[in-house]
Amino acid sequence: MRFSGWRVLKEGLTGNKGWRPHWRNPQPKAEYDALIIGGGGHGLATAFYLAKEHGLTKIAVLEKGYLGGGNIGRNTTIVRANYGLPGNSEFYSHSLKLWEGMEQELNFNTMMSQRGVLNLFHSDGQRDAAARRGNAMRNQGDDAELLSREQVRALVPWLDFDNTRFPIYGGLFHGRGGTARHDAVAWGYARGADSRGVDLIQNCEVTGIDIEDGRVTGVQTTRGAIKAKKVGIVVAGRSSQVAAMAGMRLPIESHVLQAFVTEGLKPCIDHVVTYGMGHFYISQSDKGGLVFGGDLDFYASYAARGNLPMQEHVMEAAMTLMPMIGKARVLRSWGGIMDMSPDGSPIIDKTHIDGLYLNCGWCYGGFKAVPGSGFAFAHLIATDRPHVSAARLRLDRFETGRGLMDEEGTGAQHNLH
Amino acid sequence: MRIPCPICGTRDRREFYYQGAASMLDRPAAEAPLEVWHDYLHLRDNPAGGTRDLWYHASGCGSWLVVERDTVTHEVLGAALVEACDAD
Repeated sequence: MRFSGWRVLKEGLTGNKGWRPHWRNPQPKAEYDALIIGGGGHGLATAFYLAKEHGLTKIAVLEKGYLGGGNIGRNTTIVRANYGLPGNSEFYSHSLKLWEGMEQELNFNTMMSQRGVLNLFHSDGQRDAAARRGNAMRNQGDDAELLSREQVRALVPWLDFDNTRFPIYGGLFHGRGGTARHDAVAWGYARGADSRGVDLIQNCEVTGIDIEDGRVTGVQTTRGAIKAKKVGIVVAGRSSQVAAMAGMRLPIESHVLQAFVTEGLKPCIDHVVTYGMGHFYISQSDKGGLVFGGDLDFYASYAARGNLPMQEHVMEAAMTLMPMIGKARVLRSWGGIMDMSPDGSPIIDKTHIDGLYLNCGWCYGGFKAVPGSGFAFAHLIATDRPHVSAARLRLDRFETGRGLMDEEGTGAQHNLH
Repeated sequence: MRIPCPICGTRDRREFYYQGAASMLDRPAAEAPLEVWHDYLHLRDNPAGGTRDLWYHASGCGSWLVVERDTVTHEVLGAALVEACDAD
């Protein structure tokens, strides 16, 4: 079933009776060539690219709940490639290019909106850092423009430019960044994978990973044992638990990150805007809600909900930056479970067990990474070699100290990102 | 979330700084092999459920506490003073 303007018109005129489910609901088979544990954005994208780029079709995605029910449904939908360090830089650059072709590639409307990401700065030092970051982005081949205070004012006049404590000095504008419809990304990859023969198996929780003589041989699930010579773990939010089934301890702490949405308002925020003096970022959804978030609650948590102190902090940052938000009413808030790695950057790598691959540690940046992560993880699983865009996302970088990607410059230890 | 400080009584979470897993108290010897230090610094059990972690009562008595919590429910089960710790 392909989507097109013609198809929408035809269905509209014939009572929408021709639409069919977008994917099958198959029973698990006894054996597959490869298993992907985790039916979120990254897992579904991995399955899609395994089928599309590498011709593997005897593969299954095992999801303990429903497709896209984890962090792909709990984020602030921001897409960007504005990193400064080698490793992250080429990875997110590649991911953004995949975003730009995603709707055509999937024949699915993911509502990709390159409305631009504006990072504000509030001091001379922050301006220097923004200029440096912008140069790194341009050297990577992506777009970045350093805007003066007056240029920022022309774009977003409703900010509090003359805030006594943190006046706005300017901003770094990344025009190709923006937002996308988060659920549609999961659904689009699910539909694309299913149509290429991938079995998407829901309500199927992995309870054990079978290993013989240092090689993975399959998994145990709530729906029976399934054999496979290759197994990919891509379950950010539960990485430590699944890896423990293979006897591994990961350099991951799980933290809660909250986000918020207001009631629907008329269009007022055209871009993604981030505050440089507090961890705060905001955009407006196509339904009109102002979607915004802040920093971690800063304690280990799997609750998928946060506490009031960070909510208060985020609201304070919002009011400081844009007093007009005080007239909006918060509709709801939620929390996602973040795989926090010591240096704040992700991991896509083999493990010490043959045939077992690991994709984790997305910290609070997993959404924008979905296509790049799926592409690179599929490449690793299919070829046993890292894709060039993700060759530095190594699991052993903490042990060796080589290739740490500490974007914030705060150190490569837990609790610092 | 409220934490029962053994010295100050039950106080709001805002008064405390969170450090991380209480395994940080088991500092290896300086000459311990690299793997041991890697394990100590980076690898975590990261349990979903009961956990023991280190909190510092920054806006209170200044004590380091081992807090027993549930990471799934946010329930705080108890807190005890860290007897002896290398606080760097």
